[in-house]
Amino acid sequence: MNVLSNIVKRELASYFSTPLAYVFIVIFLTLIGSFTFYLGNFFVRGQADLNAFFAFHPWVYILLIPAVTMRLWAEERKTGTIELLMTLPLTTTQAVLGKFFAAWIFIFIALILTFPIWITVNYLGQPDNGVILAGYVGSLFMSGAYLSIGSCISAITKNQVIAFVIAATVCFIFTMSGLDIVLNFFKVWSPEFLVSTISSMSFLTHFESITKGVIEIRDFLFYLSVIVFWLFLNIVVVEFKKFN
Amino acid sequence: MISITNITKKFDEFTAVDNLSMDVKSGEVLGFLGPNGAGKSTTMKMITGFIKPTEGIIKVNGMDVEKNPIECKKLIGYLPEGAPLYGDMTPLNMLRFVAKTRGMTQVQFKTALDKVVMQSEITDVINQPIDTLSKGYKRRVGLAQALIHDPEILILDEPTDGLDPNQKHHVRNLINEMGKKKAIIISTHILEEVDAVCSRACIIARGKKLIDKTPRDLKKIFKNKSLDNVFREITLNK
Repeated sequence: MNVLSNIVKRELASYFSTPLAYVFIVIFLTLIGSFTFYLGNFFVRGQADLNAFFAFHPWVYILLIPAVTMRLWAEERKTGTIELLMTLPLTTTQAVLGKFFAAWIFIFIALILTFPIWITVNYLGQPDNGVILAGYVGSLFMSGAYLSIGSCISAITKNQVIAFVIAATVCFIFTMSGLDIVLNFFKVWSPEFLVSTISSMSFLTHFESITKGVIEIRDFLFYLSVIVFWLFLNIVVVEFKKFN
Repeated sequence: MISITNITKKFDEFTAVDNLSMDVKSGEVLGFLGPNGAGKSTTMKMITGFIKPTEGIIKVNGMDVEKNPIECKKLIGYLPEGAPLYGDMTPLNMLRFVAKTRGMTQVQFKTALDKVVMQSEITDVINQPIDTLSKGYKRRVGLAQALIHDPEILILDEPTDGLDPNQKHHVRNLINEMGKKKAIIISTHILEEVDAVCSRACIIARGKKLIDKTPRDLKKIFKNKSLDNVFREITLNK
């Protein structure tokens, strides 16, 4: 436990010791803010909820989360510090979890900083704060799923740009997998059950039901299992590299 | 302390280490010599558990590195090739991170810190970001993180690379001093270093061990030729 929290602390500190953290937070807040008001028509809708705000989270995550995760492993491999880290008395699982939780806490901080929108909607009307809280928790879970994908892909390469591009693509596919843009590609040749499986993997569908206030435990479980799956894959990739 | 039995490491078709065996006891300083690409660093990476051998067994203090990686890593202090460090951290934070990950308490860390900062002469730069340090300082910070937990085994990959003559002299004295109680492996291609610090010299080329003797025996066999000539003769002819 000590080892794990120590890695989390180091990783988190390294986000804030470079401009990355500040650039990320500023752009995250600007994007989310302008999407909410301009594309989401927050005022025009005239409704006391944050649907116009949450609707854009998946899209901002697709763009920005790979930027947070691309360095996690690729940078260590590039600079050689991975040799230092992995020859310390820790397990690969601790290293993978430590990096993941640091990134997750970072996104958590960014999410908390969106609080003015919550104040705004409470000032203007009487929203259901329970639904808003569910939206935030759902967004946090969804960001964890994106982060686990990004972290795993970062472990494959030592090139951060490649890590970014591939992670963004995979995140996009998982987000859109309920829509025709992805499904049509599979419909042509794959059996029905595969198509419906892929369509049920959509980050978008699960997130939309949470933000609409349909709070079902299985939506959270979905994100949790995505996280577990990709982190497991991440551990396998790091272990496998020991043989090469 | 370290026993290596018939290890081979293959990268695809290329054989980096070829059926290598050797032992290092406590109180010994083994100088690992060889041309570039001979397999020195690869062997060190396998001893420290960073990569796994294709074949063969490595034991540290009687424990199999592959089966007990955590226990083995606790006993080893390691300076990897090129002394990689987290550039955004200061030496102080870096050493604290390594010490905490190695399970040291705050009190143990404080005591150890004073000692290794003296030993590796990094007092002046302890609060500067590592990225801004010169090559020689980086190497010594790398050395300090390898020493922080006072390990029984030290694996140092080119510990004096990038140091000026005074610093080289200092680090060699340090290795000499520690070599009395620890098992140490250093890799180098500076041959005078072998005379200066090693109790045994192991010369490898193309992944194979060619010779494993004390520096004095080497001189006897090769009739007092300089170590330079011995090295050239062994690694080129055979």
